[in-house]
Amino acid sequence: MHDDHSEKHPGSTVSYVIGFLLSIVLTIIPLYVVLNHSFSNMILVYVIMIMAVLQFLIQLVFFMHIRESEEPHYNILAIALGIIFVFAIVAGSAWIMTFNSQVQ
Amino acid sequence: MAHAVETGVKHEDHESIKIAGFWIFLVQDVLLFATLFATYVVLRNHYAGGPTPKELFDVPGFVAETFILLTSSFTSGLAALQLNKKSVGGLITWLVITGVLGLAFLGFEINEFTNMVQEGATISTSAFLSAFFTLVGTHGAHVTLGLGWMLGLIIQLARRGITPVTSRKVSVLSLYWHFLDAVWIFIFTVVYLIGVM
Amino acid sequence: MQTQHFFIVGDPLILGADISIILVSAAIIFVLTYFKKWGWLWREWLTTVDHKKIGIMYFISALLMLFRGGVDALLMRLQLMFPNMNLLESEHYNEIFTTHGTIMILFMAMPLIFAMFNIAVPLQIGARDVAYPFLNAVSFWLFFFGALLLNLSFVIGGSPNASWWGYPPLSELTFNPGPGENFYILSIQISGIGSIATGINFLITILKMRAPGMRLMDMPLFTWSVLSSCIVIIAAFPVLTVALFLLFMDRFAGAHFFTMTHGGDPMMYVNLFWMWGHPEVYIVVLPAFGIFSEVVSVFSKKVIFGYTSMVVSLLLISVYAYFTWVHHFFTMGAGADVNTFFSISTMLIAIPTGVKVFNWLLTMYRGRIRMTEPMLWTLGFIVCFVVGGATGVMLSVAPADYQYHNSYFVVAHFHNVLIGGTVFGMFAGMTYWWPKIFGFKLNPTLGKWAFWLWNIGFYVCFMPQYALGFMGMTRRIYTYPDDMGWTPYNVVSTIGAFIMALGFVFQVWQIVYSAKRMDRDVTGDPWDGHTLEWSTTSPAPYYNFAVIPKVEGRDAFWKEKKKRSQPDYKPEKRELKPIHFPKNSGIPFIMGVCFFIAGFGLTFHWVWLGVIGLIGVAATLYARSFQYDTEYVIPVEEIKKTEAALGRDI
Repeated sequence: MHDDHSEKHPGSTVSYVIGFLLSIVLTIIPLYVVLNHSFSNMILVYVIMIMAVLQFLIQLVFFMHIRESEEPHYNILAIALGIIFVFAIVAGSAWIMTFNSQVQ
Repeated sequence: MAHAVETGVKHEDHESIKIAGFWIFLVQDVLLFATLFATYVVLRNHYAGGPTPKELFDVPGFVAETFILLTSSFTSGLAALQLNKKSVGGLITWLVITGVLGLAFLGFEINEFTNMVQEGATISTSAFLSAFFTLVGTHGAHVTLGLGWMLGLIIQLARRGITPVTSRKVSVLSLYWHFLDAVWIFIFTVVYLIGVM
Repeated sequence: MQTQHFFIVGDPLILGADISIILVSAAIIFVLTYFKKWGWLWREWLTTVDHKKIGIMYFISALLMLFRGGVDALLMRLQLMFPNMNLLESEHYNEIFTTHGTIMILFMAMPLIFAMFNIAVPLQIGARDVAYPFLNAVSFWLFFFGALLLNLSFVIGGSPNASWWGYPPLSELTFNPGPGENFYILSIQISGIGSIATGINFLITILKMRAPGMRLMDMPLFTWSVLSSCIVIIAAFPVLTVALFLLFMDRFAGAHFFTMTHGGDPMMYVNLFWMWGHPEVYIVVLPAFGIFSEVVSVFSKKVIFGYTSMVVSLLLISVYAYFTWVHHFFTMGAGADVNTFFSISTMLIAIPTGVKVFNWLLTMYRGRIRMTEPMLWTLGFIVCFVVGGATGVMLSVAPADYQYHNSYFVVAHFHNVLIGGTVFGMFAGMTYWWPKIFGFKLNPTLGKWAFWLWNIGFYVCFMPQYALGFMGMTRRIYTYPDDMGWTPYNVVSTIGAFIMALGFVFQVWQIVYSAKRMDRDVTGDPWDGHTLEWSTTSPAPYYNFAVIPKVEGRDAFWKEKKKRSQPDYKPEKRELKPIHFPKNSGIPFIMGVCFFIAGFGLTFHWVWLGVIGLIGVAATLYARSFQYDTEYVIPVEEIKKTEAALGRDI
């Protein structure tokens, strides 16, 4: 318990506030463009997906402090691998199951 | 605590090993949600003559849910920051605020679900609604679980104060809470925004 | 539900099983009470968090399940031996092939690999336990009670009958209203939670608990294989959890994920199931690759050939495994682009596997080979796995697959890789680590009998099935007319199955005989091993190592032994220190019981019982969270006493 350093929670009030504000902005923009139909549906989907991914990254960095964990960064590796698998699951399923719309 | 005891790992490492494992747990939970998302994406047009998302989704409702959960994610971070100040009182206060926001989020969600069911849009209406209720409901179940966990942690903090063990628990809980918000971002985007488009 | 539907009594086979279960249970209770062993059982086993004991419990459960699944297999082979047999009715046959598959994959192969994880990994990396000993016990009890739940279906309520993959719409409520499919869903769900926990536990154990000086690229290859297997577990099991959960929602909550009406899509289940199902075969075969690497190197008295390429191919397989799943349902008709992609990805995954086979062969090349039992299993594996791999590449060709699909060719292929790969691998591991776990070697003569019976029986059983597949015999048929020309092949195949069964009998005999007759291993290093598990005593003391070893490079213990044989060797002064050690706990067992109660309740739609069980689960979780006093200190005096009793002076 004498070693305070190892128990320090990463981040500061400033980093949380920045993360919070950016997240709010990245929530309002997609909401605004969707409710006003600023673009065609196809482009809208891309825009709001990019916003979602950005917000996800911001939360990883500013809230979950992924960069500040101890060395080596196994958790970054795990998340990177996880994202590859997420892609396989979601994009793979969507691609494989498109046959359904052709069949029906 | 500080006596020279050899355990194969130093004792301080004990808690950091638990945090590392929790990251891996979160990754598997991400994959669990990814599978639910995949199912939703595949079945999202299968209305089977039932209501469509445009008819069902209530914009003010899901926007409120989104901002409440985002704020609670922020406050759970502020709670964890109190660890550095060694302030049990501040920590518990912020956790209680987070918990109340979580409850408010759940309240909105339950309200949304009951309204849908009253309009006759149930889990049995169509494959789209099955996928919707299961995906959003699983997230809601995670939030509920987190609230139960938070309650237990508040009691432990009140009894024991800030120790290496309780502070590890606070860190892990706040990670979990941020993670739930991150999942919600995608529910907000993929389910609600694309739904009302 | 009426009683005669609740207890299955109609069939004489099941009635016999009922009676024998009651008799065996009564006998166990009698023996435990008569010898006053209840306290011992609770203190030493049911509450243990020691990875070695948990490994032994996994191992015993896996052997029991191998027996159960094996009996299912023999019944099927008897029914198919001749045309128009009347041994099993069609319904009973459906149940038996379903439980055979489910048990062999999820309740035999999984615990068997977990047994090897537990027995070897902490010892190999010079750790005192796994990263989360308590969670390890939870994993075991979830597996145990999941397996119990599935096996209960045999005598209560009725077994699942929609095959081990439980495809809808057959497994939906409309076509399968009984409790059988509920047993299937809930038992896999319960043990699946345990599997994910084991995956996380061993991943972190390997990454964080290695002895000082052991870098990742110094780790024994078995440890590497466990690491890769854990990556696949963590990536794949959540998908199974969701697939079964959605099926559960269909059956319990009236959802329409996979139904034929209201927009449900049964093929989505198939897609999700194989997204787990294909990686699953790598989960169970990768640890076997690791065991072969250890065995080949030790019994050729050489370091492994191509260590780095071994590691790279293990990791490549664990990521690739996620990109091949569609080859299980090419015939769904997803289109040429999808089938082409997955056809090619399936062919590609054969490459890293091929690399490994060449590395094993080159390790043996010019080695001083000792034909011990683990080595025999390894050689048997190489031949068998190459045949299985080659037929796998045949199956990966999508247009050709339209011919093979759902035929006995497929049955022969996956038994070829699963028996030849996983089962032979685990037997190699069992015979290799047996002295480390129990302190005596297994009798080699009986072991060789077992090996040859298994090996010959395997080819006699499954080679004819390739032919049967080409001749048009489809999977899961319970009988066939006599003018198909299949009879001679089926007769031979059945004979092969019984030869393998005889091999199993020899193994049981070998274990019983060796326990009585074989000498104790006092060296701790009966095979002249290379890795750290052989540096401690056999069996290892509960804290594994009195002093944590310092590691320099690969094959740490082999190098250490070479150093010791130098004339100018001076042993380093090793200072004992007190050890922090986790306390035993009854909570994992109780949690398992609660899960079992919940699963049993939900199986019969008794929601109240399900809720009681789940409240119990929550209560045990809470109880654990409020426990702070979970460790104790082993004083130096006790370590000294234990080491002296094991014949080691410090």
